[in-house]
Amino acid sequence: MNVKKPEAPSSNRPHLLACLHQLQHQFRHIPVNQIAPLAQTLELPIAQVQSVIDFYSFFTRTPRGHYHLLFSNCTSCGDLQLMRELCALLKVQQGITRTDGLVSIDETACIGMCDQGPALLVNDQVITHLSSERLHAIAHLIEAHTPVDDWPSDYFVIQSNIRRTGLLLQTPLAQGAGLTAALAQESEALIHTIKQSGLRGRGGAGFTTGLKWEFCRQAQGTAHYVVCNADEGEPGTFKDRILLSDHAHELFEGMTVAGYAIGAHQGYLYLRGEYRYLVPHLESILAERHEQHLLGQTILGQGDFHFEIEIIVGAGAYICGEESALLESLEQKRGVPRVRPPFPVTHGYLEQPTVVNNVETLVAAAHIAAQGAAWFKAQGTEKSAGSKLLSISGDCKTAGIYEYPFGVTLQHVLDDCGAIDAEAVQVGGPSGTLVSKADFARTLAFEDLATGGSIMIYGAHQDLLKVVRNFTHFFAHESCGFCTPCRVGTPLLRKYLDKIAAGHGTAYDREEMARLAKLVKKRSHCGLGQTAANPILDLLQHFPEVCEKRLMLKDYEPFFDLDAALETTRQLSHRNDAEAHLA
Amino acid sequence: MNPALANTLTIDGQVIPFTQGQTIMDAALAAGIYIPHLCHKPGLTPHGSCKLCTVDIEGRNVSACTYPASAGMQVANNTPALNEVRKTLIQMLFVEGNHLCPTCDKTGDCTLQALGYHLGMLDGHFPPFYPLREVDASHPDFILDRDRCIMCALCVRASQEVDGKNVFALSGRGANNHVIVNSPSGKLGDSDLTQDDLAAHICPVGAILPKNQGHEVPIGRRTFDLHTVAESDLAVALMKTEHHDD
Ligand SMILES: Cc1cc2nc3c(=O)[nH]c(=O)nc-3n(C[C@H](O)[C@H](O)[C@H](O)COP(=O)(O)O)c2cc1C
Ligand code: SF4
Ligand code: SF4
Ligand code: FES
Repeated sequence: MNVKKPEAPSSNRPHLLACLHQLQHQFRHIPVNQIAPLAQTLELPIAQVQSVIDFYSFFTRTPRGHYHLLFSNCTSCGDLQLMRELCALLKVQQGITRTDGLVSIDETACIGMCDQGPALLVNDQVITHLSSERLHAIAHLIEAHTPVDDWPSDYFVIQSNIRRTGLLLQTPLAQGAGLTAALAQESEALIHTIKQSGLRGRGGAGFTTGLKWEFCRQAQGTAHYVVCNADEGEPGTFKDRILLSDHAHELFEGMTVAGYAIGAHQGYLYLRGEYRYLVPHLESILAERHEQHLLGQTILGQGDFHFEIEIIVGAGAYICGEESALLESLEQKRGVPRVRPPFPVTHGYLEQPTVVNNVETLVAAAHIAAQGAAWFKAQGTEKSAGSKLLSISGDCKTAGIYEYPFGVTLQHVLDDCGAIDAEAVQVGGPSGTLVSKADFARTLAFEDLATGGSIMIYGAHQDLLKVVRNFTHFFAHESCGFCTPCRVGTPLLRKYLDKIAAGHGTAYDREEMARLAKLVKKRSHCGLGQTAANPILDLLQHFPEVCEKRLMLKDYEPFFDLDAALETTRQLSHRNDAEAHLA
Repeated sequence: MNPALANTLTIDGQVIPFTQGQTIMDAALAAGIYIPHLCHKPGLTPHGSCKLCTVDIEGRNVSACTYPASAGMQVANNTPALNEVRKTLIQMLFVEGNHLCPTCDKTGDCTLQALGYHLGMLDGHFPPFYPLREVDASHPDFILDRDRCIMCALCVRASQEVDGKNVFALSGRGANNHVIVNSPSGKLGDSDLTQDDLAAHICPVGAILPKNQGHEVPIGRRTFDLHTVAESDLAVALMKTEHHDD
């Protein structure tokens, strides 16, 4: 075949995603006439560039406004009512750039500001604590063409909200301490320590980190790679954001330690596009580490271990958090999960042995290298050693970051954050588990309630059908579309749930939805599809009455709603009287 | 393990041999066992996307076309439950696109349709999506009707791996997936697709069709009028037994 194997983008050939971000910034869209030249510069097929543009939400084919505002639609950091309010103030339609080109407004998936929402992105900046007053001020600033840089700086304040510290957050790691300890031993011994510590991946799946490193070290390849997964796309999760902003040294230290352990000289930090505002900060830490000889050619003055870290910024695709999709994205392709086996530890980035680890995993690894396995293992449970950072949001008094030893009960956590009227908690984000009050005594640990760190709390006043609908829409929007069960199944689940929520669903629809949900869960290609139906299945199991009371008492009701279909005609004829409606 | 079973696996109780590097699908087809498939063609790199070849190994879901065969594997394939899953998947593919078989020149030669019959599908069952995807009639010899595309990527792989070109690619995300053409204008007429390309003839549905010829073979004498999908897919497999890894 004449299709080139993917090559590493080198310094003289920038990364496709970086080029597209640049074009999107410059022209507020990706102009058609820029595509062929870009493909030529990067020596990529035109179709590959096209397909990447059309995969990632942050790249558009038509110009966005000079001010482009994306409101989070997350149940914790989103408020679409506010979005509609701003649309009205600025006379724009959602998703359609105003005719003068000044402004465009749309919604986007969770932007990781759940402890300080409602929030939005304006161009690349985050604004938190939205309120009606703030929106009025924003509307004025936009109409006055005030550059975003000149907007009141307090709009852009992002708090860390660390509420409870534990192993990782309590004791700051002296810069270089982990690396010094690591380089003092053979890499095998280091891997042994990581294995001994019982550290398991914090990104969700919980694979034993030491084992992963060992498999990777043993795998044959022309080069080995370390990839840090900072895609943090699971709605309700923001703990990696805090680690990136407040503990970046420890993260880069962990990546470098991993590099030493597996014999890699190159690391990549794959950062979600929503966190682009962190890039200057992260770059400055990288520069600092070079100066301190904690990165680069002569790490800690030793000539035989060199390591570099590059930051690649994603562009609005939750699926790129799935490790093999992330690697595809790093290879300048659409983020479509790979067929497994083989696994990244043997065939990862550029088909070479690659360790992909979550931000928190790598921070923990840096600490363990410095403080030893016993220090870590002293906390947690038998199967879940150490501590876990939780991002807590929703109906509670003090949302924010809480670090607990594994094994803590959900009830304990709820008490600490002041969730007094919690009826349901979504543990682990939409892809996790919807837990009802009856199960609040369950523990947070890999052996019971596993979580990547998202805890979303819903009080008694919340409509859980609305919550589950939000999640179901999220998955349909984020499905990569590779496999049939998820590509077709997630939009179908959305249709069923919308129908039921609108009061048009029958018991038959509910049964068909459940049957489809089970198929999507069991037969999908990757973790996204395999978890996309969890919210629906959990709702039906633990809160059956929520669906039941919306059902119609008939055997069959078509999806096609004739009255709704006449809406366009009513608008065109300026009629909305009783005669213009069916029944 | 019993040494006699060292290089065998079991499909629905039938013990069959395999060689290292073969997938479950490879081994099954070589043994004359039909596992329904849509995005797979022996000789091309397996894709693993349609999930028609879904089988169970001790209750665990696996795609036969991509999963390596291993000794002693117990595979459930032709079971009522799995065929029900496959029927549902076919229904999902039908409602996702615009498949108006009586008006499609591929009728009778279409693997999607044939699998519908094979699995006893009587209706689309789910609410249709009615997509509006672009039709490309710019090529002198072929037409690309994206509304019938099932995203199997057979054309993509055939072009890359057999024709030595790179005419097609899949683009978009989720339900917006669609096939695109690798040419400056994005039009098929601008690409280097030619009559003798496998990519021009491999489409299992009526998304890539030859132009200038309509209903050359009368309905009633078409592929699946004469053979079941199982018969014809097994026949093809047996003709081309070499594996892409060999
Ligand atoms: C749809 C999907 C999204 C994911 N998103 C993330 C993510 O944002 N961050 C992350 O670390 N892992 C994510 N994962 C898990 C990764 O695939 C992978 O297991 C993890 O990065 C491994 O690192 P760890 O072992 O340190 O946890 C996701 C998985 C799936 C299926
Ligand atoms: S399960 Fe969904 S996200 Fe995963 S490969 Fe299939 S379509 Fe893509
Ligand atoms: S055009 Fe045909 S061969 Fe190509 S992906 Fe679509 S259905 Fe498959
Ligand atoms: S034939 Fe195996 S997934 Fe399509």
